Amino acid sequence: MPYEAWKDNEYIENLVKELQESGTNVIVGTFDKLINWGRSNSIWPLTFATSCCGIEFVSLGAARFDMARFGWEVARSSPRQADFMMVAGTIVNRMVPVFRRLYDQLAEPKYVIACGSCAISGGPFRNSYHVAKGIEDIVPVDVFVPGCPPRPEAMIYGIMQLSRKIKVEKFFGGVNRQESRKEFLQTHPID
Amino acid sequence: MANLQEKIAKQFAGTPIAVDNSGMPQLTVENGAWHDTALVLRDTIGMDYLVTIVGIDRGETLGCIYYMMSSTTGETCSVRVDAVPDRETPHIPSVADVWRIAEIYEREVYDFYGIIFIGNQDMRRLFLNIDWKGYPLRKDYNDDPALNPVSTENERQSDNTDVYSLDENGKVVKKERAIFQPDDFVVNIGPQHPATHGVLRFRTAVDGETIKKIDVYMGYIHRGVEKLCESLQYPQTLHFMDRLDYFSAQNYHHGLALLYEKAAGIEVPRRAQVIRVMMDELSRIASHCLFMGTYCMDLGATTMLFYTLRVREQILDIFEKTCGARMTFNYPCIGGVMQDLHPDFVKDVKELLAVIPANIKEYNKIFTGNVIAKNRMEGVGVLSKEDAISYGVTGPSGRASGWACDIRKLLPYSIYSELDFEEITRTEGDSMARFKVRLDEIEQSARILEQLVDNIPDGDYCAKVPKVLKLPQGEWFQMVEGCRGVFGVYLNSDGGNKPYRLKLATPCIALAAVVDHITTGNKIADLITIGGSLDYIVPDMDR
Repeated sequence: MPYEAWKDNEYIENLVKELQESGTNVIVGTFDKLINWGRSNSIWPLTFATSCCGIEFVSLGAARFDMARFGWEVARSSPRQADFMMVAGTIVNRMVPVFRRLYDQLAEPKYVIACGSCAISGGPFRNSYHVAKGIEDIVPVDVFVPGCPPRPEAMIYGIMQLSRKIKVEKFFGGVNRQESRKEFLQTHPID
Repeated sequence: MANLQEKIAKQFAGTPIAVDNSGMPQLTVENGAWHDTALVLRDTIGMDYLVTIVGIDRGETLGCIYYMMSSTTGETCSVRVDAVPDRETPHIPSVADVWRIAEIYEREVYDFYGIIFIGNQDMRRLFLNIDWKGYPLRKDYNDDPALNPVSTENERQSDNTDVYSLDENGKVVKKERAIFQPDDFVVNIGPQHPATHGVLRFRTAVDGETIKKIDVYMGYIHRGVEKLCESLQYPQTLHFMDRLDYFSAQNYHHGLALLYEKAAGIEVPRRAQVIRVMMDELSRIASHCLFMGTYCMDLGATTMLFYTLRVREQILDIFEKTCGARMTFNYPCIGGVMQDLHPDFVKDVKELLAVIPANIKEYNKIFTGNVIAKNRMEGVGVLSKEDAISYGVTGPSGRASGWACDIRKLLPYSIYSELDFEEITRTEGDSMARFKVRLDEIEQSARILEQLVDNIPDGDYCAKVPKVLKLPQGEWFQMVEGCRGVFGVYLNSDGGNKPYRLKLATPCIALAAVVDHITTGNKIADLITIGGSLDYIVPDMDR
């Protein structure tokens, strides 16, 4: 995809700038690039769907949209084998502890995509007595994909943005986004 | 209908019989006499299928309206029972032994209104966790989030359930009962499990590999749609129908729109009716296609998904051109449909109809005749016709047990009475029958489309409807055939522009309730087969 076609370029550039400010070693930096190249091209999703968005995720896996092209097709049923979690659907009060536990069970490094307006803000059910108003209060979110439900193309774009973020991460030394997760976990402790 | 009314009047001389606004006879029964009346209604009048129990908050009192139907003639009636004595401990006799499905419907009413059903052997909350404060559908419910906060703390579990009875002074006495036997080995399946098709949770007592009992937990996607509807204007409530059973979005929209039109007395143009029926049937094909794909995937045959989704994507393209969305269409509206058909619609549908027979042949070749599929599905999870009726299992699953429960035939709505199609029923009642019924229903839906595709009349696609729709005071009930069974809507209007009470009676709650009954005695691997063949949609049961 050409650079101009992306949105949020500024955000990614700021991320890169921030990472470069802390400096890096030539050898370590090269290793980082190698590892991130591999990781960003084989991110495995967790099979996690609560409602409508999950069906579009099924379409994404089938022949027409074919997420296997990007190396995402290995949807794992166990969070311990997955890299990222596509939160497809509404998260309600009763699901919150389960959802949080699934997130905690994901192996590091882990990422979350909030897929669809329900996961982002509660969507059409925001005023309900039994709906969490967005998953951002429960887990840290990397990419938001709006839509009700988002089209498979939008989901592809969202996951591609995630792999862009993974590409600029630093695995060895330096500051990376793990720090912000630590901060998050301090304010939202694991019980 | 008149016949039924006479029958009821003869049987219950002295009981007030009203006719509600949909022309359905409505009995008002004394609280104490309800259980005996229910038995008479089932055995003498023939009301053997309980459609739904509608809880309602009438301000001073709480009460229930029971909608029931004859499984053979399609005659429908309703019974109104008020809870006594007050709002503190309102109670009604349970009818869980008359209609098996009542057990779970009564739990739902208890969850929403706090009405205790005397004699129900399992009086727990259904959707909300056990520490939830308040009963959300009561009009005086306090929805302060501080009372019931969103918390990452695990919900409290209990191995006991409550049973209520009346003592000689008429006071409610609570007793605890264990759900499982003390030496049961209980395995938890779900809510995050790939084979539960969403977030459904089973607590399964197993003896070796054999299932002894399943306790179904719902509510992991309970979004409170019925309460939300009470604060929205009539046209605004329609869009929730897309998000219940997202495969039957068109059918559910159709149902609710029919109800509002009936209440407002709006005549729908012929063109809109034809469009609606065509959309219904298209979504039925798309739904059954996805069912076959995911079901075969549950059983380990991944390839099938790619074949069935090919047809589904073709239908979604047709939808997208006309409705502008792939899934949440919001297409049928009050008085007709939102916009006119896309110019390519007829051409696209014809292309679809041309490929369907070849595709069905292919599905049969890949899967239906397969030895492994036969071994895993034949004779697994047999549901008898009597149990299907008692548990209210409708749709393809009910028809696989031999119960001709298609609302399109029993109580034809829109233009279905003019159409020529067969109602597919089978007698085996096992997982294979449920699979085959769906496969054959695709053919029948295609037949309906064939009849209509060249006969879409010209004219308006939507009737003139006032901008702010106010419905007169009264009660209405409407049933339509969704892709998974009977979808009923109950509306109580107080004359304003918002529903006073809107009850959505969805088919999947019965499909989940019957899981315990048909899996008992089977192997735990068959739970996947049976659950998949019932094809429940979790947001549809939880609402």
